Amino acid sequence: MASKQPVISDEYAEKITRVEELAYEIRIHEVMTEDVYSLKPDMKMEIALDIFQEQRFSGAPVTQGDELIGILSIEDLIRSLREGNLDAKVSDYMSTTLSTVRMHDPVVEALKTFSRTKYGRLLVTNQEGKLAGIITKGDISNGLLFALQRDYHAEELIRYRASHLFEDIVSGRTSLILRYEIRKGDFIHGGDASSKIKRALLRLGASPQIARRCGIAVYEAEMNLIIHTNHGGTLRVEIEPHKITMEAYDDGPGIEDVEQAMKPGWSTATHEIREMGFGAGMGLVNIKRCVDEMRLISSKERGTNLYMIIYLDNKEVPAEKETGP
Amino acid sequence: MKISELVTRINGILLTDENKQDSEIAGAMGADLMSDVLASIQPEAALLTGLCNPQVIRTAQIADIRAIVFVRNKKPGQEMVRLANEENIPLITTRHGLFETCGILYQAGLKSLEM
Repeated sequence: MASKQPVISDEYAEKITRVEELAYEIRIHEVMTEDVYSLKPDMKMEIALDIFQEQRFSGAPVTQGDELIGILSIEDLIRSLREGNLDAKVSDYMSTTLSTVRMHDPVVEALKTFSRTKYGRLLVTNQEGKLAGIITKGDISNGLLFALQRDYHAEELIRYRASHLFEDIVSGRTSLILRYEIRKGDFIHGGDASSKIKRALLRLGASPQIARRCGIAVYEAEMNLIIHTNHGGTLRVEIEPHKITMEAYDDGPGIEDVEQAMKPGWSTATHEIREMGFGAGMGLVNIKRCVDEMRLISSKERGTNLYMIIYLDNKEVPAEKETGP
Repeated sequence: MKISELVTRINGILLTDENKQDSEIAGAMGADLMSDVLASIQPEAALLTGLCNPQVIRTAQIADIRAIVFVRNKKPGQEMVRLANEENIPLITTRHGLFETCGILYQAGLKSLEM
């Protein structure tokens, strides 16, 4: 339309659908019908009627040489039938006000022209202004659907590739290692790493149950690094076809009494930490509940190392441990 | 219970985009300590809480929580709303307290999803 280009806010931009994006990405020539049958201006209307009936056309361009001079629609044919004037020439009934779009413009330009005019089809021209094809609303719908399907297959392919990563790469022992540095006191980003780990596992084809168990365990470990360490620490996740090994390690201060720390409700967290919703004394208990194996090694000199393993081989894995602490 | 119905019942206000209103929640749990939530909430629940920081949303994402209700009129900041929209987790705020909100929803037939 003639209106000014609206300013697109970030908020609005997020709501733009894939179809709308595609309308800007796909070019008219990708969806139009090429090799259009064109009529000659001195052709009799009766011949045009035969052609329309045989070819099931609802409209066709009229050309002289390779110049585009008009368009004949089914409405024009009806008019000549009504007037009993099938002997007339195409040029007598054709419309010479032409709505054209350029073949290299995005599909959205054609959509705009459709909504501005009452036409059911638009003529498409090339750079020299010569007829290159014809486009209908149906062509656009088909083109968009086809592109959406292509998108879908592309995403499927990425997922497929990710989930078959371990089958595609052959080695004595293949594993994928994810590492995240966690900073002491960084509550704002607390949980980011766990969130990414959970997403990665889902993409690699882990079941939602496995992803949830890993997510909870690694999230508790991440929060422990943020709350209880001197300088933060590292999360390391090693993914193998048969197991996921998660490790959280730091350089201190170490846990004074590991046995005590494992008891439900035991917490050394300050009042401020509790205010933030942590320090319930359930972190390590939660981790233990979610993983198949857990090892906690801590000393004042070396800091704390927490190993958590979840087995993926169905035969070995017990169902999610539903029992509470 | 649909999320839209939950919002109506507790006179709540939906703070996130309106696109997940139709999804079903299977039950609910009320808690302020996130480790308690991680320890005992089952998937597809609504979490009712008086805690209002980004960790609530992280916890929800990790524990497959369907919606978060902030009680006592607590309103999350823009950054939290953005994060929740990104994770597709509806945020709702209500004037009622935690006890009252739990009561209303329990009476409406919503079951506990606390293990």
